[in-house]
Amino acid sequence: MFERGEGGGVELRLSREERSLLAGVVAELRALLEGAPGDPSLRRLFPPAYDEAEDESAYRDLMGGELLEGRLAALELVAQTLERERLSADEADAWLRALNDLRLVLGTRLDVREDTFADELRRDDPRAPALAIYAYLSWMQEQLIEALSG
Amino acid sequence: MSTAAPVEVEAPREVEHFEHDRPWIVIVWNDPINLMSYVTLVLQKLFGYSKAKATQLMLQVHNEGRAVVSTSTREKAEHDVARLHAHGLWATMRQD
Repeated sequence: MFERGEGGGVELRLSREERSLLAGVVAELRALLEGAPGDPSLRRLFPPAYDEAEDESAYRDLMGGELLEGRLAALELVAQTLERERLSADEADAWLRALNDLRLVLGTRLDVREDTFADELRRDDPRAPALAIYAYLSWMQEQLIEALSG
Repeated sequence: MSTAAPVEVEAPREVEHFEHDRPWIVIVWNDPINLMSYVTLVLQKLFGYSKAKATQLMLQVHNEGRAVVSTSTREKAEHDVARLHAHGLWATMRQD
């Protein structure tokens, strides 16, 4: 799926279906960040830095916008490079962060725990389709990390 | 009374100086979503740690629930926390 390329970049081998699935979840997260930044499923993307409310509020004022912009920029870059066969180091880094954000939001929504995948998923579990996407994104991120660390 | 005044002026300044000098620590907390390999890679990338050092910190987060990943001034700690947050890690900071 991902192989180490030249200059810190990676080679991409994704099927049409995989690219289409990614395009869908990326567009969904962008819409959520732009339209409903207070949505509870986004809370893991913006954790508090300080214990003290006053310090935290100042941190939020100072960094909140930049953190949001950075996330949108990474998602935008993934959307722009979805059809590519090769990613530069910067593009691969955006993919890495975007895949992580997608997993953080989906994992929060699904209430993923350490032992969520310890047992076989039950077919009648209403979370099964979304958990399958979560597991797929996890596997994809792991492949990308391997290509970047290799 | 006149001799007491300079002491009162000096004391708060010393406390302030002391408070300012205490270093700030950045803590990364365990969470069930971030991949172990991802946490290791982010620690290498952001702090320039070797793979061995980053892996050791990641395992501490995983096994003990948290690890101190950097110690510095407040400004530097806030910068580090923001970069960790940009990468989706659950990081907080406090004065040691």
